[in-house]
Amino acid sequence: MTGALTLRNLTIAALVLVLALLPLYVALTGDRFMLTLFTRIVILAMAAVSLNLILGYAGLMSFGHAAYLGIGGYTVAILCFEGVPSAFVQWPAALATSALFALIVGALSLRTRGVYFIMITLAFAQMAYYLASGTARYGGDDGLSLESRSGFAGLINLSNKTTFYYVCLVLLFASIVLVWRLTNSRFGMVLQGVRSNEARMRAIGFPTFRYKLAGFVIAGTMCGLAGALIANHTDFVSPAMMFWTRSGDLIVMVVLGGMGTLFGPVFGALALLFLEQFLPAAISAVVHPFDPASAARAGEFWQIVLGPLLLVVVLFARGGIDGLLGALSDRIQRARKGGHG
Amino acid sequence: MADALLHVAGLCKRFGGIVATDDVTFEVPDGELHAIIGPNGAGKTTLIAQLSGQLTADTGRIRFAGGDITRVPAWRRSHLGLARSFQITSLFLDLSVLDNVALAVQAHAGHSFRFWRNARLETGLRQAARDALEAVGLGHRAEARASLLSHGEHRLLELAMALAGKPRMLLLDEPMAGLGPDESARMVEMLASLKRRYTILLVEHDMEAVFALADRITVLVYGRVIANGAPDAIRADAQVRDAYLGEDADV
Repeated sequence: MTGALTLRNLTIAALVLVLALLPLYVALTGDRFMLTLFTRIVILAMAAVSLNLILGYAGLMSFGHAAYLGIGGYTVAILCFEGVPSAFVQWPAALATSALFALIVGALSLRTRGVYFIMITLAFAQMAYYLASGTARYGGDDGLSLESRSGFAGLINLSNKTTFYYVCLVLLFASIVLVWRLTNSRFGMVLQGVRSNEARMRAIGFPTFRYKLAGFVIAGTMCGLAGALIANHTDFVSPAMMFWTRSGDLIVMVVLGGMGTLFGPVFGALALLFLEQFLPAAISAVVHPFDPASAARAGEFWQIVLGPLLLVVVLFARGGIDGLLGALSDRIQRARKGGHG
Repeated sequence: MADALLHVAGLCKRFGGIVATDDVTFEVPDGELHAIIGPNGAGKTTLIAQLSGQLTADTGRIRFAGGDITRVPAWRRSHLGLARSFQITSLFLDLSVLDNVALAVQAHAGHSFRFWRNARLETGLRQAARDALEAVGLGHRAEARASLLSHGEHRLLELAMALAGKPRMLLLDEPMAGLGPDESARMVEMLASLKRRYTILLVEHDMEAVFALADRITVLVYGRVIANGAPDAIRADAQVRDAYLGEDADV
């Protein structure tokens, strides 16, 4: 990432600006729905950023990352239910339980690789899912509502939607800064070496397991915080947030946005949630002139459009949205240089 | 010769029914360049992999610098001073040439649980990596992506990474593999300059290079040592000529 005024950097700057000024737009237009949508985007972007640390930088294909959203969320909801509304207890507890879960999953799964690693991470996430489904005291399959949002002793009021949005946004930016520093540090160089050629890493003297485990725990902990946020966002937790398709969504965000890039997961979360939100209506609008009767139902098949779209990205834009922006930037720069010469 | 740096005694490795290493015994005194030769499939790479720890021997003992390392994991052997290069180039292709070597330096510069400071700005790591690159003549390619290097440059980068950890002993697996005549000659020159500064175990097919460089040669055939001695003795050995060098071998 350079400081040059490239198309990619300008797009990132625009993205940051849009995210920062969104509440202003909402205040001017009264479009509360956009605030809700963007809060969700920001929180899931944070989850995707955390997954990107291990998937994008260390090459670890964890297929159970949504488990941490659930664990963080349930920790907040259960503490609230048991009469502990303070964020100063709930949030550290959410981080600690996520870290512990990641430590256990990582200690077992990181000794394997390839398909086995994917299956073990998936299996643990499904265990968390069934544990939540089977716990009657906390709502089982029906989930558990939060009576109140996490309290900050009157300092911050999370029930104010704008305040809550900014809390989420600050935490997203903080996690991006963290990943930025981590991936450029000695630790991050080790993760990238593992992604590139783990056998060689061991041959040159790195005990790779402990570094992978540390990365796995950091990513899980970050995602646990996103889970605490999402519980506050929806005032509700349910086992569904840990279902394996949710882990798949997070992977799609990372791949769509650009694996191993700093802002890729944010682009990916934005793109996926926008498609999920607006593609059904767009399809209905296209179908309507031809067959008004089934137009509404046609929108339900939005994933038929999403599938090929993902295919195109994976086949033709390996680096995802970020890679595409990078390639365009290079092309513009070359065209400019050509013009001068 | 109790003070040899590397002792290998009775080493065996089987893969199913195939005996890849069959009761291999030899030793390498400090400062010597010891070559291992043998026809394809003789178990040379398997032997190197057992010495560097990617594979574990079924039976037998490996002693290095006075300690038993038979069961020691690969990464720790690297810290004991054993560095290997790979026959099939094994690099971090998506990182820069300098990053490749800097990682090898970093592996030997304390633990890497350092999360905040930019490792690419650590002058200690970068300078040591640059020195290693200069030593093999790759200084001018430091900023290139490793995947963009030629095959010959990859072989040199392999060597630079092995040197970067400041090892006592180099295990070089066919450093000349796939090189053209000019590049080969340069690699031989390079190895000659490393001789005596490092103890070297060299696996190589290029007989001219082996006989020019080695102090001692071990001949492996089907995983078994059939001869072990000074180059002249190996050249004269009827069994070796028969099994490997061929009747009209001219070396």
